[in-house]
Amino acid sequence: MSGLAMAVPAAAPLVEMRDVSIAFGGIKAVDSVSIDLYPGEVVGLLGHNGAGKSTLIKILSGAYAADHGEIRVNGEPVHIASPRDAKRCGIETIYQTLALADNVDAAANIFLGREKLTAWGTLDDHAMEAEARKVMGRLNPHFRRFKEPVKALSGGQRQSVAIARAIHFDARVLIMDEPTAALGPAETQQVGELVKQLKQEGIGIFLISHDIHDVFDLADRIHVMKNGKLVGTARVSDVTKDEVLGMIILGKCPPGAVPGPGAAA
Amino acid sequence: MAEPSTTLSPAPSSEAPAGRRAGLGDALRALELDTRMVGMIGALAIVWIGFDILTGGAFLTPRNLWNLSVQTASVAVMATGMVLVIVTRNIDLSVGSILGFTGMVVGVLQARILPELWGFEHPLTWVVAVLAAIAVGGAVGAVQGAVIAYLGVSSFIVTLGGLLVWRGAAWWVTTGQTVAPMDGLFKRLGGGFEGAIGAGPSWVVGIAAILLSVAAILVTRRRRAGFGFPVRPLWAEGVVILLVAAAIAGAVLVVNSYPLPIPVVRRMMETQGMSTDGGLPFVAHGFAIPVLMAVAVGVGMTFLSRRTRFGRYVFAIGGNPEAAELSGINTKRVMVMVFGLMGALCGLSACIATARLNAATNANGTLDELYVIAAAIIGGTSMAGGVGTILGAMLGAMVMQSLQSGMVLLGVDAPMQNIVVGLVLVAAVYVDTLYRRGLK
Repeated sequence: MSGLAMAVPAAAPLVEMRDVSIAFGGIKAVDSVSIDLYPGEVVGLLGHNGAGKSTLIKILSGAYAADHGEIRVNGEPVHIASPRDAKRCGIETIYQTLALADNVDAAANIFLGREKLTAWGTLDDHAMEAEARKVMGRLNPHFRRFKEPVKALSGGQRQSVAIARAIHFDARVLIMDEPTAALGPAETQQVGELVKQLKQEGIGIFLISHDIHDVFDLADRIHVMKNGKLVGTARVSDVTKDEVLGMIILGKCPPGAVPGPGAAA
Repeated sequence: MAEPSTTLSPAPSSEAPAGRRAGLGDALRALELDTRMVGMIGALAIVWIGFDILTGGAFLTPRNLWNLSVQTASVAVMATGMVLVIVTRNIDLSVGSILGFTGMVVGVLQARILPELWGFEHPLTWVVAVLAAIAVGGAVGAVQGAVIAYLGVSSFIVTLGGLLVWRGAAWWVTTGQTVAPMDGLFKRLGGGFEGAIGAGPSWVVGIAAILLSVAAILVTRRRRAGFGFPVRPLWAEGVVILLVAAAIAGAVLVVNSYPLPIPVVRRMMETQGMSTDGGLPFVAHGFAIPVLMAVAVGVGMTFLSRRTRFGRYVFAIGGNPEAAELSGINTKRVMVMVFGLMGALCGLSACIATARLNAATNANGTLDELYVIAAAIIGGTSMAGGVGTILGAMLGAMVMQSLQSGMVLLGVDAPMQNIVVGLVLVAAVYVDTLYRRGLK
């Protein structure tokens, strides 16, 4: 525990979720889970399908309201009841489904809910397109299809739009839910480069994945969940992939990890 | 696109035809015309020309086109709202009944309540009546929208209930009695010769519309160029401006060549103290007021759907409701606004329909929901949500009305008219499905 705290210089974590629980119809999807994230850190959230990792992260992004527990940003308790609240706290999410409105263009998606307006109060599509061109140029320099609905774009291009939407508004915390699930090898590598770049800018990233190789490549630390509970937390350098697989499948905590409430006895 | 084949052939002569063919394609692309919209206008042209041939030239006359435009107005106004409803993956089956109900309210207000307050034919009666219709319709729509958005009852059921509720309410206003006649100024909202603005004002309206369209096109071009975005070549911009101007001027010429009836002209001249001995002059109808109202609604709704946050949210919700919610959009509030707007437009249509009939009856607007939905669908609004244009829906309303009026001119029986309209609706959606499949 103290070893972890010493490894990161910042005093308060960027984000801290304490004892968070949520139940759907009597089933505890997330049960007293506590996780944290420091600036410039990539934290992997691992677990089987149905382990509760997506649900946990949807609480942080404002899609669900927790039944119980506390969320702190920079040490301050915050109340996140909607995606708007989360964004106000600098928490941006790239959803597994990408959550794009397929029938409108890239700029409209990037600015959805945060449109730029002219002095007349009308949509400033030109200004939005100009900024979209800038941010997309950084992520995907070959992208030219600004006038087409995103439905017409390739998987990688759609992914770029979703990422652009998340990073364009000075995110401090980025949640990436299975960011490479729909991507080819080249695009996956591109996302990896982006994660490293954002990390250098001091952004904290939650990386949700069931691909343990991805996580080992990119993450500094991991949190493992099973059946809605936290199995344990570990620095990637302190554990092996096999040990992490043991945590995911059996809930067995290796010596290099700090056990959580969900660790098998 | 043609480059690979031209690089294979070294002879410059073989490049020329390929280049010219690409040139024509490029030219069409440079115009950035909406192919769907061009298709719709083409379909309308075929319907019009077909009926004109079948009726021996009775269809494409100023008189028939003028009447057609007036008959379309009420459904066209509601169709603009139905586009937004269907775009958000909902439906509103209650529009005809809301029209009937607000029509009764408006009738009673101006024929019974307001005259007691300030006497008959007061200059403000029509203003109060129209505002009341919009407010009552808007409130009815917003209540239905709130039930749909906040209580989670499907729009099909809520508005199916509404169809019965508001038709019943329309009867209840006067326990079924017809209210007539309407206020003199209010009556002008329904068209007829009193509801036409005359030749001179029609030109003023037409020229103003042309100037505004040109200004809008040029301002957009300047802003795009200012950001360094690609713009249409100048010649293409010129062609688009010419097309728009020709369409507007053509409409003015048509309505200005439909004369008022002789007795009306004689009466007008007599009331102005002029002699009617030396033959009567040609006095044109000009645009009908309900048509101008419908066009204004169309322009306003297009602005709302394209240029405002509300419109952007409506389309985003239709494209992906979950994504809209996750973007922080208050989707429930948007839904209430969409249905409220739909109701308000029904109120406006109720004014047009009541004024045209010069009476408020509890059967007014019966089956209108089906024509309104059909107009939106024929106009390219997708039942799957997320896709639709205001202009398309108004053209759709025009197509429906053209079919009906053409069949009346041909002397087709009423049951047969319904059969044809029903078949055309299904066929139009099938063609649209093919078109969409072709896009993918």
